[in-house]
Amino acid sequence: MCHQTVSLVARHLEAAGIPTVVLGSARDIVEECGVARFVFVDFPLGNPCGKPGDVAMQRRIVGLAIDVLESTAAPRTTVQAAEVWDPHDDGWRDRFMRVDDSNRAELAAAGERRRALQARVRASRPHG
Amino acid sequence: MLGMTDRRRTSPSFVSYIDRSARYYEAQGYPQRYAWAHFDDVPFAPLTKPLAASRLGVVTTSYFHPENTQVRSFVDRPVDPYAAPRSAAAELDNAELFWAKEETHTDDPETFLPLARLGELAEAGRLGSVSPRFYGLPTAYSQRRTLQRDAPAIEAFIRDDEVDVALLVPL
Repeated sequence: MCHQTVSLVARHLEAAGIPTVVLGSARDIVEECGVARFVFVDFPLGNPCGKPGDVAMQRRIVGLAIDVLESTAAPRTTVQAAEVWDPHDDGWRDRFMRVDDSNRAELAAAGERRRALQARVRASRPHG
Repeated sequence: MLGMTDRRRTSPSFVSYIDRSARYYEAQGYPQRYAWAHFDDVPFAPLTKPLAASRLGVVTTSYFHPENTQVRSFVDRPVDPYAAPRSAAAELDNAELFWAKEETHTDDPETFLPLARLGELAEAGRLGSVSPRFYGLPTAYSQRRTLQRDAPAIEAFIRDDEVDVALLVPL
């Protein structure tokens, strides 16, 4: 959801004449929305600018974003950073938001709790 | 090594967050899929001056933990866009945002709000300067809210600070 929010802001700023570059890790959401310049970092969500403590990687990624900001000639330009989260383990791709028999009941219960909380919030609003 | 693949896959490697989140929320009892924003036309603003003479501002979806809120749920929380001094970056709180908490952490702010890395680029002359403030807005399900309320507020902050170009980093 953060990726959609930021993409909408990028579009607003571009339309107002302010050049932008989006640096993120949820490729489908940004590209579906459509932005002028996008640097895609194929990492788990949370560290689009580089791994924690890895200053050299952060410099490469942020430097790439600045290069893309400067060199892009047409909208919908996506450039993928040449970084790999873990060359020996791709498991993060499947673990995030996974749904399987081990957590199905837990997810259903979490949904029930969320709906109950939202109902309480609505009821507590003066003009709910 | 030329001629060898690193690995073979039966499906694309990129995570589709649109599909993944639909399955996840369906399992939570929300069968109706969220309708993500899609535009055919994409606005494009060319640079009007060299980056070495431009001021860059950073926009984030990270935010400060709000006080006086009873319900800790971003869907119900009315938070406003903000502009904050760069020194406040260490106080950001990402606990309620939806990122890969099983895989990593956000204790190093440079991983999502690279003010020090950008400062180095300004120091080196690659950028004219980095804005003294960074800008944040809430992640919102409502595209109308983002487009009509929050995005104009971010633009106003940016114009106040005479920012020329923007780097936007979602969590």
